[in-house]
Amino acid sequence: MLYGNDFNVIANVSKVIYKTKHINSQLSKEKQNNKTTMTNDDIIQVKDLTKQFGKFTAVNHITFNVKKGEIFGFLGANGAGKTTAMRMLCGLSYPTSGKGLVAGFDISKQQEMVKKNIGYMSQKFSLYEDLKVWENFSLFGGIYGMNRKEIKDRTDKMLKELNFENERNAMVSSLPLGWKQKLAFSLSIFHNPKIVFLDEPTGGVDPITRRQFWEMIYAAADRGITVFVTTHYMDESEYCDRVSIMVDGRIDALDTPQNLKNLYSAKDMYDVFLYLARTAKRS
Amino acid sequence: MKTFISFVRKEFLHILRDKTTLLIMFAMPIVMIILFSYAISTEVKNISVAVLDFSKDEQTNRIIEKFNQNKYFQIKQYLTTNKEIEVAFKEKKINLVMVFSENFAENMLHTHEASIQLLADGSEANSGAMYIGYAQGVLGSYLKEINSDAGATQSFQIQTNSTMLYNPQSKSEYNFVPGVIGMMLLLLNAMMSSIAIVREKERGTMELLLASPMPPIQIILSKTIPYLTLSSITLLLVLVFAHFVVGVPINGSVGLLLLLCLLYIFTALSMGLLISTVMQTQISAMLVSGMVLMLPTIMLSGMVFPIESMPNILQWLSCIVPARWFISALRKIMIQGVDITAVSTEFLILIGMVVLYLIIALKKFKIRLQ
Amino acid sequence: MMIETENICKSYGKIQAVKSWSISVKANEIYGLIGPDGAGKTTLFRLLTTVLLPDSGKGVVAGYDIVKDFRQIRKEIGYMPGRFSLYEDLTVKENLQFFATVFSTTIEENMHLIKDIYSQLEKFSSRKAGKLSGGMKQKLALCCALIHSPKVLFLDEPTTGVDVVSRREFWQMLKRLKQEGITIIVSTPYMDEAEMCDSIALVNQGEFLRIDTPNGIVSSFDKTLFSVKSNKMHQLLNDLKQYSNALSAFSFGESIHLKVNSPTIKQDLSSYLSDKGHSELEIQEIKPNIEDCFMAMTSM
Repeated sequence: MLYGNDFNVIANVSKVIYKTKHINSQLSKEKQNNKTTMTNDDIIQVKDLTKQFGKFTAVNHITFNVKKGEIFGFLGANGAGKTTAMRMLCGLSYPTSGKGLVAGFDISKQQEMVKKNIGYMSQKFSLYEDLKVWENFSLFGGIYGMNRKEIKDRTDKMLKELNFENERNAMVSSLPLGWKQKLAFSLSIFHNPKIVFLDEPTGGVDPITRRQFWEMIYAAADRGITVFVTTHYMDESEYCDRVSIMVDGRIDALDTPQNLKNLYSAKDMYDVFLYLARTAKRS
Repeated sequence: MKTFISFVRKEFLHILRDKTTLLIMFAMPIVMIILFSYAISTEVKNISVAVLDFSKDEQTNRIIEKFNQNKYFQIKQYLTTNKEIEVAFKEKKINLVMVFSENFAENMLHTHEASIQLLADGSEANSGAMYIGYAQGVLGSYLKEINSDAGATQSFQIQTNSTMLYNPQSKSEYNFVPGVIGMMLLLLNAMMSSIAIVREKERGTMELLLASPMPPIQIILSKTIPYLTLSSITLLLVLVFAHFVVGVPINGSVGLLLLLCLLYIFTALSMGLLISTVMQTQISAMLVSGMVLMLPTIMLSGMVFPIESMPNILQWLSCIVPARWFISALRKIMIQGVDITAVSTEFLILIGMVVLYLIIALKKFKIRLQ
Repeated sequence: MMIETENICKSYGKIQAVKSWSISVKANEIYGLIGPDGAGKTTLFRLLTTVLLPDSGKGVVAGYDIVKDFRQIRKEIGYMPGRFSLYEDLTVKENLQFFATVFSTTIEENMHLIKDIYSQLEKFSSRKAGKLSGGMKQKLALCCALIHSPKVLFLDEPTTGVDVVSRREFWQMLKRLKQEGITIIVSTPYMDEAEMCDSIALVNQGEFLRIDTPNGIVSSFDKTLFSVKSNKMHQLLNDLKQYSNALSAFSFGESIHLKVNSPTIKQDLSSYLSDKGHSELEIQEIKPNIEDCFMAMTSM
C-alpha cells in the first residue's frame, strides 16, 4: 500500500521516468516504479511462482506485478521458461508452488474465472482458417457468452476499425498473414477482456504490418486493456511500458526499457538482452 | 543395403518407443481370442445318445456299455432303422446317434478296422462339435484297452465317420477362430502400416527424405519389415494360445499354416502402405483402413455369413476381400488338415494381391510434394 | 554460379506463390532470401530442392536441372526445412546416424564440418530430439543437413522464433561453414539478418523487390531519413504522419524514422514539431537499414 509521505518520492521518481520518454498515457507512468507494492491497480500479481517438471525447474520463484492498462513485455531466450510461465498465468497449467492473481482470480484455484477474463493470441493458433471472418467473430463471442446483438454490434465496430468491412464474408484462409494477425488480435479482445496475452504475435509478419499491429496494441491499452506480450523483435521491446527478461527460469531484470538500458549502459534493448541471456547456464 | 538396414532400424525404434502401438499389436489379439474362447468353452453334460446297432455283437455291446458308464453320456434309446434317426433327433431330444455298421466285431478281428458313424445335432454348432469330440474320446480309450489286451502284435482301429446334422458346413466356433485371426491380422497390419508413411508426411520428415537420394522403394519396403516381424510374433502368440488354451485343433502342416499367415500379413501390410501413399493425415489413414477394411472383412469374408448363401453380387464382391481367401485357406489347413495343392488357389490369389498393391503403392508414391 | 533460376513460377490454385523469379547464387557465398511469411521463400526452396515441380521457368542447382536431374541434386544438397523436421522419438545420435546412412556416409567422415556445432549437442546425444530446447533442435537439424558434406546448403527460416542470442550464434556458425567452402542460401523474415549475407533478395507476396548486396540496397535509398525523438513519442508518430513533407513515418524502437525528400527541411521539421508542443527534440539524419529500404519498397 502507498502511504502519504511516499507520494513525494514517487512524484520525483516519476518525473525522472517522465523524462526518459515513453509512449503511453501519463496515468500508468505515475505508477511505474512501485514494483514491490501490491495495489488494487495490479491486474497481475505473482509471488514465488514455480513450475517443476520432474527435477527440472522450468519457472523458478518468479515475482512480479503488472499494472492495469500497462503494456508489459515478457522477454527471454528460448527455453528460459516464458511459455511455461505464460501457460500458468492463463490458467492452462497448475503451478508447482507460489501464488498468482490474474484479474483478481487465483490462477491455481479459479482457472475458469481467469480464462473468462483474459484474451489470448499466439502466432501458431489464433483463427479457424476454414471459417469466414464473421463466423470466427460470432464463434468467439458465443464462447464467451455474448448475446447475438452484442456480437453483431461489436463485429461491425471491429471490422470498421480494421477497415475489413469488405472481408466480412471472406474465408480466413484466403487472407494474407498480416491481416490474419490483426484479425486474431481483434478477436482476442473481442469479449473486452481485462488483460490480453500475446505470444509472439508478430513473428514472420512484414515490417509495415508489424508496426500497424503495435498501433492496435496501443489502442487497446488506451481503452484500459492490459497487454502482456512476448516477442523476439528487440525493437518491439522498446514499445513496452515495462519489460521483464527471463533467464534460466528466473526474472533477472524488470524495468522500463530506458532504465534497463541505463542500468546495463547499453545502447539499445538488444544489448541488454544479449548481456542477460549470455549469463544463462541451461540450454 | 546399409541405408536400408538403417532405415529398418529406425522404423523399429519408432514402434518400440510407441507404447500404444505395442499394446495394440500384442494385447488386442490375445483379448480377442480370450473373448471368443468364452463363447466356445460351454460345458456339456448328460448327452442323450441313441444307438442304431446293425451288428449287435460282443464288441458293440462293450462299447455301448462303455458309454453307459461314462458320466457325460446317457443311452436313451435303441433304434432299429435309419428312418428313426431323424425322429429321434427331432422329437426325443437326442443329441448324438451312434451307428454301428454290420459285422462290427468280425471286421475288427479280421481287418483290424471297423467303422462307427457318429451323427450329432449341429444346430448348436459349438455343442455339436463337443458331442463328437467326447464320443471320440470314449472310443479312443476303448481302443487303447483292447489294443493293450491284444498285446503289441495287433492293433485295432475304429473308423469314426462323424456328421453334424442341421449345420451342413459343420461350422463351429472352432471355425470362427480362423475368421478372427483373419480380421485381426488385416486390421492390425493395414492400420499400423497405413499410418507409417503418413506420419512422415505429417511430421514434415517426408520433405527431408524426398530431398535425399533415398529411393522410394526402400522407404516403402523398410516400413513393412518391422510390422512383419512384430505381427509374426503376435501370430505365434495367438496360435499357441488358440491351440493350447482354447483347444482349437491344428490338423494340417504347421509350416504351411505359417507360410499362409506370413503371406496374408504381407497382403495386409501392402494394402496399408497403399492407403498411406494416398492419404495426407494420420487420422484419415486410420479411418480409411479402419472403416473401409473392417466392414467388408467382417461381412464378406465368410467369417460371419457363409459366402455360398450370399446374393451373387456380394459373392463377386467378396472375391476382392483378401480375408475371404485367407480364412478359407486357414480353415482348410487348420481344421480339415489339407495339403498345399488344396489351397493353391488361395495362395495364388493372395500373392497376386500383394504384387498388385505394391505396384500401385510405388506408382502412387510421389517423389515430390503435392 | 551454384544456383541459377530463370523466370521460375509456381502457383497453388489461384495464389501465385512465386512470380517469375530469376536469381543467381555464386559459389561459396551466403545468399539471403529476405521477406515476411507468405513471400514465397519456402516455395522457392522446395523448387530448388526438387521436392516441388515449377509451373514454368528454369532452375539449375550445382550444375543440374531441377526437373530432369533431380536425383543428382538430391545427392549434392543439404536441406533444413522451416518446420523442425527430425524424428522426435529418436535420440540426437540416432537422428544423426540415420541421416548419415541415408546419404551413404558416416558421422565420423564429416565430423570436421559439424564439430563446432555438435560439440554443444554432445552432452545430449542420448536425449530424444523432441525433448531438446528450440536452440538445440535447430543445431541438430543443421548437423543433420550437413552430415554428408553438401555442396549447397538450403536453410529455410532457420532463425524464426529463435531468440536474438541464439540467432547471433547461428549466423556465426554459418560464417564458419562458408569458410569450409559451402554455398549457403538462407531465408529469413528478420531484416536485421540481411547484413550478414553476401547478397540478398528482398521478396514480398510472391514478388521480387530487389537483388543486390546489402550495401547496394542501402545506398540505392535515394531519399533522406531522419531519426526523430521527443518527449511525447506516441503523439510524435501521429504528428509526423501529418507533416506535409513526410513521405512516411514508422516507429523504430526508441525513435521514429521519418522519410523526406531532402535533408534541407530539418529546420522546418524542428519548428513544426515545436509548434505541436514537442520538447526535448532529437532530430538526426541517419543511414537507412534494410528494414527501412524494405518498407520503402513495399509501402509504395
